[in-house]
Amino acid sequence: MGAQIRVYRQKIASTSSLRKIFKAMELIAASRIGKARSRVAASLPYANAITRAVSAVASQSEIEHPLTTEPEQIRRAAVLVLTSDRGLAGAYSASILKQTASLTELLRGEGKEVRHYLVGRKAQAYFDFRGLDYQQVWTGSTDNPEFEVAREIGNALLADFNTAFEEGGVDEIHVVYTRFKSMVSQEPTVIRLLPLEVVEQEAASESDLLPLYEYEPEPEQVLDALLPRYIESRIFAALLQAAASELAARQRAMKSAGDNATELINKYTRLRNNARQAEITQELTEIVGGADALAAS
Amino acid sequence: MANETAELEVEIVAADHFVWSGAASLVKARTADGEIGILPGHAPVLAILAAGELGIQPVNGDRINVTVDGGFFSVDSNRVVIVADNATVNDLATA
Repeated sequence: MGAQIRVYRQKIASTSSLRKIFKAMELIAASRIGKARSRVAASLPYANAITRAVSAVASQSEIEHPLTTEPEQIRRAAVLVLTSDRGLAGAYSASILKQTASLTELLRGEGKEVRHYLVGRKAQAYFDFRGLDYQQVWTGSTDNPEFEVAREIGNALLADFNTAFEEGGVDEIHVVYTRFKSMVSQEPTVIRLLPLEVVEQEAASESDLLPLYEYEPEPEQVLDALLPRYIESRIFAALLQAAASELAARQRAMKSAGDNATELINKYTRLRNNARQAEITQELTEIVGGADALAAS
Repeated sequence: MANETAELEVEIVAADHFVWSGAASLVKARTADGEIGILPGHAPVLAILAAGELGIQPVNGDRINVTVDGGFFSVDSNRVVIVADNATVNDLATA
């Protein structure tokens, strides 16, 4: 009996200390999420300006540029996978990896060779554990990405993209990341980064029409300089969205973990009280029974 | 340009943050080929920016110097968008 109470006490103590951790992590995630969201917002002007410029160059001038023209045959695809470094974020990394697996299968089904580039220790652990190959991995800053990291990733991907297939290059680049829709909804998303998909869209108004630019120096050189920046900015945007999503996912996971811990503590407290009461009752019965026996003898 | 308003609408953005915006009467920038000065009514241009300093003469106040380390800028209908990898405003005294 006493042993049972002790077990419940231990469980209550350990659940309480876990709950403290969950609460703390929830608060940390909640406080960082605002910053992550404002960073997403801060990167928008740059991304918009660069997208506008790229679409202007790519749609107006008939430039033969390796980055905009689709190769006749895509034989090898690169997939950049953005997961988190740390766990305790619910299904955040798991759903990205699931998405990656289905994308990989799809690409293989089209007869393409798939090569993975990973961001985040969770992806690395997943690939290592399954003995899968990956080309390169970046870890260490998934919840607070720096532009430098985006540049490094962009350079690595572009270098492989500019290499011929025969020499081990890739023909297209996909990115799997989590899009931050709102605090409660984040969505694993796949985008194709390269070759560029130039979207011919109807101009809604006069001001939406892209002007006929003069280029300085030549359009080719402008495109040469623009595209790496465009790729970097797309990757950076994806990293920032993923970071905001990671924090939101962690906050939600920690909140429900904390709630579950509270529930467990309540349950164990009741069980402990029950056990204590049972012990008292039993002791009383024993005393009364003993006294009765003494009186009878 | 068709709509002549005698000032430029300037916006400077860096990779991860917004730098400066406002109305200006003159923007001087260095491109890969040389210097270019943009006055209101300039034809649309998309050019590569060389590392160095660019000068902006705001409509009100003193000239602003911005140090950039490469990027590009676009001009269309009196809207100048300067997209730099990294940009720092050297003088914000009266901006």
